[in-house]
Amino acid sequence: MTALVVLDFDASGIKQPARSAIAAAAKLGGEVHGLVIGSGVGAIAEAAAKIPGLTKVLVADAPGYAHELAEPVAALLVALAGNYSHILQAATATGKNVLPRAAALLDVQVISDISGVVDADTFVRPIYAGNALATVKSADAKKVLTVRASSFDPVPAEGGSAAIEAVSVAPVEGKSKYLGSELSKSERPELTAAKIIISGGRGMQNGENFTKLLDPIADKLGAAVGASRAAVDAGFVPNDYQVGQTGKIVAPELYIAVGISGAIQHLAGMKDSKVIVAINKDEDAPIFQVADYGLVGDLFNILPELENAM
Amino acid sequence: MKLLVAVKRVVDYNVKVRVKSDKSGVETAGVKMSMNPFDEIAVEEAVRLKEKGVATEIVAVSIGVTQAQETIRTALAMGADRGILVETDVAVEPLAVAKLLKALAEKEGADIVVLGKQAIDDDMNATGQMLAALLGWPQGTFASKVEIADGTATVTREVDGGLETVALALPAVITADLRLNEPRYASLPNIMKARKKTIDVVKPGDLGVDVTPRLTTISVSEPPVRKAGIKVPDVATLIEKLRNEAKVI
Repeated sequence: MTALVVLDFDASGIKQPARSAIAAAAKLGGEVHGLVIGSGVGAIAEAAAKIPGLTKVLVADAPGYAHELAEPVAALLVALAGNYSHILQAATATGKNVLPRAAALLDVQVISDISGVVDADTFVRPIYAGNALATVKSADAKKVLTVRASSFDPVPAEGGSAAIEAVSVAPVEGKSKYLGSELSKSERPELTAAKIIISGGRGMQNGENFTKLLDPIADKLGAAVGASRAAVDAGFVPNDYQVGQTGKIVAPELYIAVGISGAIQHLAGMKDSKVIVAINKDEDAPIFQVADYGLVGDLFNILPELENAM
Repeated sequence: MKLLVAVKRVVDYNVKVRVKSDKSGVETAGVKMSMNPFDEIAVEEAVRLKEKGVATEIVAVSIGVTQAQETIRTALAMGADRGILVETDVAVEPLAVAKLLKALAEKEGADIVVLGKQAIDDDMNATGQMLAALLGWPQGTFASKVEIADGTATVTREVDGGLETVALALPAVITADLRLNEPRYASLPNIMKARKKTIDVVKPGDLGVDVTPRLTTISVSEPPVRKAGIKVPDVATLIEKLRNEAKVI
């Protein structure tokens, strides 16, 4: 029994959610291999080889694998599937896009967003926006799984020395073409990897207040900035700031919710945080029901005070 | 150009779901059911494509129990032209749904299949991707913008760090994300008109698809409940607690 983990990466290396996916794969009890897919990804593969827990790193390096389009990547996974009992990837945008496609080609029912591994066939996953946890057993010969990264402590980035092996599967020519990306530029940590997150809600009133009041605190704490759906819907910040059922699922050490009432769909995205702080002027706001520390008051007074005190 | 749009009947998003005491699932008896919100966005996008003159016909498909006809009626009231119900009492999984939709897409000669990115009951986020795989079509998942011209769908997708744009040669599968559009409310005259539109009913066997589930639900449980903590009087106390009690800053 060997598991293959598709590794998410960016220019700076292997992403933390990928290391959580490796941690999930390790619980299956067999060997774990990593797979790096892209164009010009030699350095990424070398970084992957240092991750303890991986015994081998496969590299599919070809221009046709750039941007990880669903068609060539799914075809690649099918080509490699013969050697593996489990194929996993973190439930990132890429993982969620590609793994179900590969699963269908293998005639396997994908199991999305697992938050627990019971045994090699049985997994726990949240349903109904995390309001229930289902334990499901798969009858498929192979398992294709996406992993809720916030539910598994990532393995370390360094300490291992896996063998690197090039994969000679030529990318299939798909019917889709990558045109471009508009990525939010930020010096701050990514939401899904940050140890501290400070999020703003409708109570922030506008985008300028995010910049003026939240950003300086985030910089002092080395935190990422997030937002509720209401703040994104109101256009205060871009869509990719959204924490919640339809946005990012996060579980940092510290989550500070500012001017967020605590709608169920927001709680679904952050209630597994280790420590939650809520700052809200409405003392009956539902966010206080999940907060370890609540501070009732006007955020426009509290935030500058908080910034100065840090 | 013909569009197929898939709609699922789910527990209404406003309902607080309750796990059954025997842990076999969540309580659905006597609970308000509605169209999956992401599927409403998919229907709206299809209707807009028809209003722009890109699409000529919209077929709304649902797979499930007899009452899923109500979900199809909602799509018809929003502007879909006719409906197909694949009737089954089996709790069909995304792979089986994808196989049924594939059969229908081929039978109908669809150029685009539009679906919600995920259903808010099982949260699988898989059917569109699986359908695209089985059809051998390109996929534009988590769409926040769709433009159709010259046999190509240009789809802007919501990805982790922002947005990504892909060009898909038609036919293609598109899955709708939250901000693709704001679905309309069906007007009373349109609800009346929808009553006269046709809904064909077929069985999975008619389409040659085996819908036997691959997954067995062992149990469904309540997630651990988080307890409310304390209220602190001021910023100084908050910082003191975070430093010395929680030790997170």
